[in-house]
Amino acid sequence: MRGMNRRACALCWAILLAAVLAAVYLLGLLIPDEAVAGSFLHAKEAPSLAHPFGTDALGRDLLMRTLKGLSVSVTVGIAASVISAVIAVFVGIAAATGSKRLDALINWCIDLVMSVPHTVLVILISFALGRGLKGLLIGIAATHWCSLARLIRGEVLQLRAQPYVSVSGRLGKSGGWILLHHLLPHLAPQFFVGLVLLFPHAVLHEASVSFLGFGLPPEQPAIGIILSESMRYLSTGMWWQAVLPGLTLVLIVLLVDRLGNQLQMLLDPYSAQE
Amino acid sequence: MRNSVLRMLRIFLTSGAKLAALLLAVSVISFALVSASPVDPVQQYLLSLGTAVSPEQRAEIEAYWGVNEPPVQRCLSWLAGLLRGNLGESAIYRRPVADIIGERFVNSLALMLCAWILSAVIGFGLGCLMGMHRDRLPDRVLKKLCYLLSSVPSFWLGLVLLLVFAVGLRWFPVGFSSPIGILSEDVTVGERLHHLILPAFTLSLMSFVNIALHTRQKLIDVLNSDYVLFAKARGEGKWTILRRHGLRNIMLPALTLQFASFSELFGGSVIAENVFSYPGLGSAVSEAGLSSDVPLLLGITLFSALFVCAGNMIANLLYGVMDPQMREVGE
Repeated sequence: MRGMNRRACALCWAILLAAVLAAVYLLGLLIPDEAVAGSFLHAKEAPSLAHPFGTDALGRDLLMRTLKGLSVSVTVGIAASVISAVIAVFVGIAAATGSKRLDALINWCIDLVMSVPHTVLVILISFALGRGLKGLLIGIAATHWCSLARLIRGEVLQLRAQPYVSVSGRLGKSGGWILLHHLLPHLAPQFFVGLVLLFPHAVLHEASVSFLGFGLPPEQPAIGIILSESMRYLSTGMWWQAVLPGLTLVLIVLLVDRLGNQLQMLLDPYSAQE
Repeated sequence: MRNSVLRMLRIFLTSGAKLAALLLAVSVISFALVSASPVDPVQQYLLSLGTAVSPEQRAEIEAYWGVNEPPVQRCLSWLAGLLRGNLGESAIYRRPVADIIGERFVNSLALMLCAWILSAVIGFGLGCLMGMHRDRLPDRVLKKLCYLLSSVPSFWLGLVLLLVFAVGLRWFPVGFSSPIGILSEDVTVGERLHHLILPAFTLSLMSFVNIALHTRQKLIDVLNSDYVLFAKARGEGKWTILRRHGLRNIMLPALTLQFASFSELFGGSVIAENVFSYPGLGSAVSEAGLSSDVPLLLGITLFSALFVCAGNMIANLLYGVMDPQMREVGE
């Protein structure tokens, strides 16, 4: 990476990340169900060349299960973070441009969502929607928009105080026109950085809620499920089922986090010179 | 003096009213969520009984629980019970929810308090260390570690710690809050602590990153200030500067942040208690959700909201009342 400037560096990270995410997603789709079928002849095997991640108690290959699980995690993570980022933009703009009452109401709603611990709230929402993928997705999307919404509200308030926005208003441009041409272009970087930085949270919450048993059904190969199964065999020394799938998840999250920070540094004029 | 007492009173009153409104909203919304659930609580209850139940008995239970009444009426009667301190009866434990919460909260409180203090101490210490050595080796290594830890799923961290320290090295027990096979009256404090160390450590690892990075940033701001430059010119040493100028300025924001993090603390304890099979509120809430114990689920949700709000209120008070700079602004 030496010899490249930060912009090129960030671009490389973005391409690498997109490639990895796409590969994970495709692998999850392409791996046939036979690959994760169990065989009791090979149960509880330690990592080897044939099974790099070892096998679980039912003899299923853990590498294949992990990859399939990652694909589910990545899908849930992307969907949930896109939904909550979009909610955050709408709510943030509404709070900053609407009446004082609306602003107070939205702030109160944010306080309300923040007053229940995320894990408990996701459990509650997932319970309300009858568990499964839908409940998990809505639960995570509904709990992660708050901080980004506050950020965007602050940003819009700041933008609206700018002279060029008020001049634009005096020149007879409508509120919608100003929103479209003056506010949204400035919010785009915030939106994308927020989106990328939401992703790790969404994925980690998905994994932990699945781990607790509220997310995906147990037959689905999700990381949280694999790890919660591994709990039963921990004391017998089956370390590979707990350690390796978790490690792959950490790698994905780190990669995305890295990209988010790079984007933030590039797009934020205050830190771009650091 | 009188002014400040009045101000305190006003803060207490307004935040009390806000708290009440917030809790009311939380209880109504969580009740609505639970009633929207497709899971039939009566069916779950009957399944948990394990015996055959005649349709008449079932109808009796339904009438007793008021399942067939309209949701609004049910909600109102639940809220009325709530005001009288009656949270309903847990379906899995067959005991009043308030009792269970009280009992479990003692366990959770021990865990959360240990983790809270531990994360404050670790976070503050590391934050100071990073701020003092900005951009040098300790700072770079610790910052990497902080970013790494914030990307690690908390339950996985717990599992790995469990593998290393409980299964591998056998330093700590694998789970629960007391040794198995011993009556709860006979468990000593030492044994309880021994069971507490690993979960508390996991929980504090989840939450110290925030405070460490925050402290680092604050300390760097302080060290870049003019008064620190003057102190250096006067010939004060590094540690004297930290003690005289650094700590005083960064203690209070750090403490405020720590109180405001009750939400993450509670959420983390749900995970940690499940990993370590620790009998606290966190494991109770996931049990309640999994076995559709609606009263217990609602009770704990409400209690967690109360807990978080209490933390936020303390943080606000600390921020607005104790900090002389903020006090000046307020007046």
